[in-house]
Amino acid sequence: MARVKLDNYVIADAPRLGPRGWLRWIWRQVTSMRVALILLLLLALASIPGSVLPQWPQDAAATRAFIDANPFWGPFLDATGFLDVFGSAWFTAIYVLLFASLIGCIAPRAVHHYRELRRPIAATPRSLARYAPVSEDSPLAVDDAVAAVRAALRPRPGRLGALTGYRVRLDRREDGALALAAETGAVRELGNLVFHTALVLVLLAVAYGTLFTYRGQAIVVEGRSFTNAVVAYDTFSSGALFDPSDLDPFTLRLDSLDASFSDTGRPLHFQANVTFTEPGEDPVQTDISVNHPLESGDAKIYLQGNGYAPVITVRDAAGEVAFSGPVVFLAQDAAYTSTGVIKVPDVSSGEQLGFKATLYPSFVEGPFAVASVHPDPANPVIEMLAYTGDLGLDTGVPQNVYRLDESQLSPVQDEDGQPVTLRLALGETVELPDGLGSVTFEELPRYGAFDLRADPSLPFLLVAAMLTLAGLATSLFASRRKVWVVARAEGGTTVVTGAAYAPAHDAGVAGVLERAMAAASGREPSPGAEEREQS
Amino acid sequence: MNPTDLSVAALSGATVLYAIAMVTYAIRLARVADDKVAAKAMAREAVAVGGGTPAAPSAPAASASSRGARAAKAAGIARSTTLVGALLHAVGLAARGIDAGHVPWSNMYEYTISGSFFAVLVYLIVQRKRDIAYLGAGVTGFAAVSLGLALTVLYKDVDTLPPALQSYWLVIHVSIATLVTGIFAVSFIATSLQLMRDYREQGELPVEGGAVQVAWRRWHNTLVRRYRRTRWLEAVPPAAQLEALSFRLNAVGFVLWTFTVMAGAIWAEHAWGRYWGWDPKEVWSFVIWVLYAAYLHARTTQGWAGRRSAWLAIAGFTALIMNFTVVNLFFQGLHTYAGS
Ligand code: HEM
Repeated sequence: MARVKLDNYVIADAPRLGPRGWLRWIWRQVTSMRVALILLLLLALASIPGSVLPQWPQDAAATRAFIDANPFWGPFLDATGFLDVFGSAWFTAIYVLLFASLIGCIAPRAVHHYRELRRPIAATPRSLARYAPVSEDSPLAVDDAVAAVRAALRPRPGRLGALTGYRVRLDRREDGALALAAETGAVRELGNLVFHTALVLVLLAVAYGTLFTYRGQAIVVEGRSFTNAVVAYDTFSSGALFDPSDLDPFTLRLDSLDASFSDTGRPLHFQANVTFTEPGEDPVQTDISVNHPLESGDAKIYLQGNGYAPVITVRDAAGEVAFSGPVVFLAQDAAYTSTGVIKVPDVSSGEQLGFKATLYPSFVEGPFAVASVHPDPANPVIEMLAYTGDLGLDTGVPQNVYRLDESQLSPVQDEDGQPVTLRLALGETVELPDGLGSVTFEELPRYGAFDLRADPSLPFLLVAAMLTLAGLATSLFASRRKVWVVARAEGGTTVVTGAAYAPAHDAGVAGVLERAMAAASGREPSPGAEEREQS
Repeated sequence: MNPTDLSVAALSGATVLYAIAMVTYAIRLARVADDKVAAKAMAREAVAVGGGTPAAPSAPAASASSRGARAAKAAGIARSTTLVGALLHAVGLAARGIDAGHVPWSNMYEYTISGSFFAVLVYLIVQRKRDIAYLGAGVTGFAAVSLGLALTVLYKDVDTLPPALQSYWLVIHVSIATLVTGIFAVSFIATSLQLMRDYREQGELPVEGGAVQVAWRRWHNTLVRRYRRTRWLEAVPPAAQLEALSFRLNAVGFVLWTFTVMAGAIWAEHAWGRYWGWDPKEVWSFVIWVLYAAYLHARTTQGWAGRRSAWLAIAGFTALIMNFTVVNLFFQGLHTYAGS
């Protein structure tokens, strides 16, 4: 098989490119405006599936369910990265290329811009005919007329004159005419460079944050404490370069959790009243609420959720306390109907016990169903199903504390072989059938679900973001204008000719030209010219 | 009258006034277009007669000048109806805010009544600087439809703020977002007119090439013919001038949208403990940002300036509306309270 030669022979007249030529060609493509534009459009397009399909990082349970429900498309989309769009290879490829293009674009432009700034501006064109010139007679001498224009274009005091003002150039022509060229727009270009550079800084800050961040979730029941250490968290994740010894070993005690609701059960306010103790310091009483995290060094502690953790005591057949303590229940609806699981492995006699329970904070019983009508604990009732057998805790596989593994358990039944539903109001004790023991619903404390998160990149990110915004605003709102005035002596009078140029959207340049012409002719600018410059 | 009824009554009144304004603005457009067509015909006649003595004012000229007066009258009525409508709209918003005890932009009903107010306000502000009466029909029409939908479909009784929204960031982030919606809405109308004018100013393309190209060119030619027949477009400035106007608006909108996204990230950091989590609302805000960034790029990219970049601005606004409707109503995310 003939070796395919990498060459641009398709275009007959083009010079042949070697490998270096090709690299240069590719680089030029990548850094062209058109490719940047296409990459931007691809970036927008590639993001959309991330909002339509369930995503692993956002909602692992939903993603799992989606894959299970779609035996063909689920695994296919998963394998092709559509279920983790923002971590997928193709999404990464798009933004890496885009930023390569960005750097390849701004670096040469910055150099070019710097050189331009040090070079004098271009001379007034020989003919202004292209720019709709205006002419008038001036009582001033040629040099005075131009000097007056120059003074008029001088930045007004108090503004960022040096940067936003006009750069001026004078040329004496052979016919004795004096031509003034004035140009502004350097800040605009500068703003554009700052903006694009700041975008790179944003990306760098995010990358830095990803490497060093950590976050953990912990549930703390009222009256209990939490100590900041990796093992104390229910879940913990961190960036590749995070060092666990960075964790500040404070303790956080949840003194009480206030949750207030409207009569209709709408949440009004959640607040965790806590005692916060840093090693070697006095305890501090403070509070954490939604939108008001507690700051501790680098880290912030957020109140992310709350619920009930009923205190349950289980006695076994021998009357011994086999379990006693708060059990975290997860709210399932707006009325805090909550579910939880109680696992009792340490039974002094007989098999292990397990319970699947539902808490109704404001219990009501209708003809067909029971429900909670309000999230406040007006009439707390727990209903539970009891199981006996093997909880499966000894297999070594970590178990979900909110799920009961029923594979080796059997429900406790009544004489008719029906599973027994136990119902307990607060403070009540019920006996289990067959003398298996008893269950008591002792108390109903609340818990707070806390998130602790540290991201050392935040200050950098904020600065980069503000630079982005400032650069952008400068680049879009600063004007890029050119004004030319030529004064020439013609038979005893001075004729001044002026013209101006600006992008189409900048109608204000007409006002500047009017001001320059008025100065050249020693008259007042026409009314409203000043105002027009701003438009 | 209690604030609830006052708010609803004022907003209903505003809806009716905007509808009237839209019709009058449309009448004005038709009249201005008639005048221009008549003036062109006269110019042609004058050329045909040849540079002889100026002809005595002919019958069409007389009727043209009376039409000019009629256009001015329609414009006057439209402008005052819009102004009164905007005043009622403001009263309706203020009453809603007092009634609810918080800024009136915490659910879809409230965003809609605020966003449409900002659209009208932006129109009125720009109007003070330059004559953009040709956008009037579009803007008041947009406001009338939004308010009408808000009052009939989206209406919600006032309610307390959920804890996640109890933050001054609600004032900063959402007010700017709503303002941007108003700005982009006005520029969307200008861009749409720009595209229509653009097709009107284009020639038809020869139908040739591959199947895709042929289909594409047929479509192009259909649009060209369609907008050449649209007489009222005569009353609208040339495409280049509309481009300049929508660029100004889009530039302001884009800077403010950048701010909105950043403020949202800061708020998310306070409320949810992460500044960015690719929640559906965040994904779409990003998509909108990238589309408008692409629009700004395209304006200065060879072969993309003008019509193509205008299509990108249209895509950006479409994404903005998507973010507000489909994403609020159908996608699960942390922002879901927005739909309720
Ligand atoms: C992350 C990717 C990028 C984003 C989000 C972005 C965004 C923008 C925005 C919003 C503008 C308009 C504001 C201004 O004039 O400063 C702009 C302008 C510009 N961008 Fe980019 N850009 C990106 C990448 C690039 C790349 C890769 C290039 C070079 C190929 C480039 C070249 C330019 C140029 C030359 C302008 C100025 C256009 C003018 O003169 O108005 N940008 N960019």
